[in-house]
Amino acid sequence: MTIIPPDHKRYFIEKLGISERLMERCLGEALSAGGDYADLYFESVTSTSLGIDESLVKSASQGISVGCGIRVLSGERTGYAYTDDLSSDRLLRAARTAALIASGPAKELMSGFRQTSDAPSLYPVAGATSDAEIAAKLALIQRADKAARAYDSRITQVRAGFNDELRRILVAASDGTFASDTQPLARLNVFVIAKDGVNTARGSSGGGGRVTMDFFEDTRSQGDGDKSPEHYAREAARTAILQLGAIEAPAGEMPVVLGPGWPGVLLHEAVGHGLEADFNRKKTSAFAGLIGQKVASEKVTVVDNGLMPGRRGSINMDDEGNPTQETVLIENGILKGFLSDKLNSRLMGMPNTGSGRRESYHHIPMPRMTNTYMLNGDDMPEDIIKSVKRGLYAVNFGGGQVDITNGKFVFSASEAYLIEDGKVTRPVKGATLIGNGPEALKYVSMVGNDLALDEGIGTCGKAGQSVPVGVGMPTVKLDRMTVGGTGQ
Amino acid sequence: MSQSAPVVSSDLKQLASEVLAKALKAGATDAEAVVYEGDEFSALVRLGQVETLKESGSRAVGLRVFIASGNAQRTASTSSSDFSAESIARLVEGAVTLARITSEDPFAGLPEAHEFGQIDEDQHLYFEDVNQMPPAERIEIARRTEAAAMAYDARIQNSGGGDFDTSTSHKILMNSRGFIGEYRRSYCGFSAAPIAHDENGNMQRNYWYSSARTTRKLENPEAIGHEAARRTLKRLGARQVKTQKAPVVFSPEIARSIIGNIFDAANGDAIYRNASFFSGLLGEQVAGENITVIDDGTIVFGGKDSGKDSSDIKTGGFGTRPFDGEGLPTRRTVLVERGILKNYVMNTYTARKLNMHSTGNASRGLAGNPGIGAGNFFLEAGTLTPDEIIGDIKSGLYVTETMGFGVNLVTGDYSQGASGMWIENGEIAYPVEEITIAGNLKDMYRNIVGIGNDLVFRGASAAPTIRIEGMTIAGA
Repeated sequence: MTIIPPDHKRYFIEKLGISERLMERCLGEALSAGGDYADLYFESVTSTSLGIDESLVKSASQGISVGCGIRVLSGERTGYAYTDDLSSDRLLRAARTAALIASGPAKELMSGFRQTSDAPSLYPVAGATSDAEIAAKLALIQRADKAARAYDSRITQVRAGFNDELRRILVAASDGTFASDTQPLARLNVFVIAKDGVNTARGSSGGGGRVTMDFFEDTRSQGDGDKSPEHYAREAARTAILQLGAIEAPAGEMPVVLGPGWPGVLLHEAVGHGLEADFNRKKTSAFAGLIGQKVASEKVTVVDNGLMPGRRGSINMDDEGNPTQETVLIENGILKGFLSDKLNSRLMGMPNTGSGRRESYHHIPMPRMTNTYMLNGDDMPEDIIKSVKRGLYAVNFGGGQVDITNGKFVFSASEAYLIEDGKVTRPVKGATLIGNGPEALKYVSMVGNDLALDEGIGTCGKAGQSVPVGVGMPTVKLDRMTVGGTGQ
Repeated sequence: MSQSAPVVSSDLKQLASEVLAKALKAGATDAEAVVYEGDEFSALVRLGQVETLKESGSRAVGLRVFIASGNAQRTASTSSSDFSAESIARLVEGAVTLARITSEDPFAGLPEAHEFGQIDEDQHLYFEDVNQMPPAERIEIARRTEAAAMAYDARIQNSGGGDFDTSTSHKILMNSRGFIGEYRRSYCGFSAAPIAHDENGNMQRNYWYSSARTTRKLENPEAIGHEAARRTLKRLGARQVKTQKAPVVFSPEIARSIIGNIFDAANGDAIYRNASFFSGLLGEQVAGENITVIDDGTIVFGGKDSGKDSSDIKTGGFGTRPFDGEGLPTRRTVLVERGILKNYVMNTYTARKLNMHSTGNASRGLAGNPGIGAGNFFLEAGTLTPDEIIGDIKSGLYVTETMGFGVNLVTGDYSQGASGMWIENGEIAYPVEEITIAGNLKDMYRNIVGIGNDLVFRGASAAPTIRIEGMTIAGA
């Protein structure tokens, strides 16, 4: 049963005893040495983690984290302090610490917050986790364990985990912002080891989003395909068995076809990070100054969309209390815009795209992605494969990384095949692909009509902060890319 | 400066002992509490102006409980940043309730009472000066470091900034089998990240840093800034090379990550699952005879002479601590000796699974079962200078940076993005980028044909320059 409370703010006001009066006092203290802007970020997170391993429930843990981060902006300067003690003494002390960034006369505080109702909810909100729910979560991973073992006798090790959290946030700011949200997040992961007489291989899969448990019960939910534990278990097992027979990946420059869904991590690394406004304001990104320029083939349109219901990267509002939106990053190959937050949009004189996110109250918000994906093209996926004489077909990836200053990015394939004479042939071992962000997408020559988003297990790291994100794309052909194998 | 007998935070100890008592009362047959308290400060200066100042403290408590049933145990854990009585009650009740739904596992449980212990000598982990340095001085070091980098060369006109960070932490571990231990650690460090551009407007970034347990052991800000600038300028004008096989030399920063994979491959957790390319190879040759790799959680540097020079101040390594995450004394473990795999690295659970003994490598977060973590982990130095290693190569790659997640510890397959310098006729010729290097760690460890004499601990793990034969370089 899911209930959407009429107002998420109540939790902080009623449960934690944080009054509007106290919030105003803290903001007053935060601006006591001048400063252009101050905000309070209250956060309460409860998380549960369950793990099955060797068919035994070996791990179960729960955590509670509550605190407040206080930020003061003064020109380009940011002062920040946080406290996990929400007493008025500690909050006011944190406000005074953050205030040290500014040096001037106290700022007159606005009177009263803008009383906004909560944004339309993109996700359900569960109540407190009951014992019955824990048993149901355990049942999910037990099913995954069973299905992975049943898939093939060569599966020798299975681990499955279920992690979920409920994050309540409230932002009160000197510009009148007074906004709150309650964000669920759940994921199921399966990790297996396969062994035959000669080789050992690993395989993993998983799924989730800002969803409650019924998501995993529905085997054909939202037309998005199977979300059952059995599905993820079979996927992990299939990948591992496939890898047992994989040959060396090729080495060198060649055409690369990326399958739909998770391979969209290409966009996240090749262009996404480079388009975050902080790097562009500081001109430390390889994309700085390229707005309006051609950075990709005309077949390429890339958006960042935080409004997709239930998606892992979606948010009703960002961690500065701004509404989330869909932002066009690249349109028909032309660079259109950046992802921005309050600080950077003000300093750059550009629109705020509601992209200010942070890992927790310990962290300062910065421009981040939500769900980043490429829009559909006209090509049939099978025609794309047929067009390649010799190349790589990569359908699944591990992580990626980018150096935003020189634009070089990598992403590591975990499931890939050779394409020989227009046909997908043998599976190859994992290999890292490398390219240059502002150049790589110029080699996109075909874009499929089969857009898919990932399964909902992606986490993005930037400057030591992790946030949940989504990626996606249709089948795409890049005429050339460097593949880091060891074979011919 | 170093405090051998840290100030006892009796309230935190009392909290840990209360949590344990409550857990036992609630039905746990064994319990372990960890209480953590920490302070952090960071300052970022960019283009000479303070951009970010952050200062805060935090604390948290974690509880792990066991419920015995015959020879087996069930276990679960909880954590909280809220120390109120109501929250502590929930922490205890939650852990015991969760434990009841977990499986009985004959390998689970706290270590045996006779295994507990800690290093008694002062490990020189905590220095009060880290907290005493006035913020203005810290900001000034960040500013000087960035300024030195920017002044070094006209091609450096932008910067990611200069920073100065400090942190101190206090950890208490207590369990129902009688172990009580605590330690404090301090850290301080600064860095600069200059950005250089070439005549075509192409940009490159690099950085350099100094870090220490006491401000007295930090290096000179100008020297660090200049080194950051040199490392950045070296990357300008980088190009791809053709796909080929060639000798690859790894700088110490990258060598330490390749050697670090030896720790991961010898991790008892991966070993008992047969999920490591080292599984079943104890006592076997896994690397060249020139390779000796050690994990040592007890290293204290310095103090050789009279103690008048700052370099003579004794300081514990970044991987040094008196006891591990389960209350076992830290120790020195030789993983690989002259190429032979001598030891796996284990915590109590994985040691029981393997019918061996823990190597004191348990790592404990706030919640969850203990993992396995390294102390100070390193490859023993060789005799060659880095110049001698490079000087011996007609045509090859010198790697100064890798990118990506292309290391598979199940198979040993290795494929990473790379950048660095091309070596021609024994000399550095030009910078390269947008290439990958690939091989298999099983072969790579056997094909380390040169080991440098430049072993320096800049972090918890370290390796000298190494040269590896037989890797594939993919490029244009």
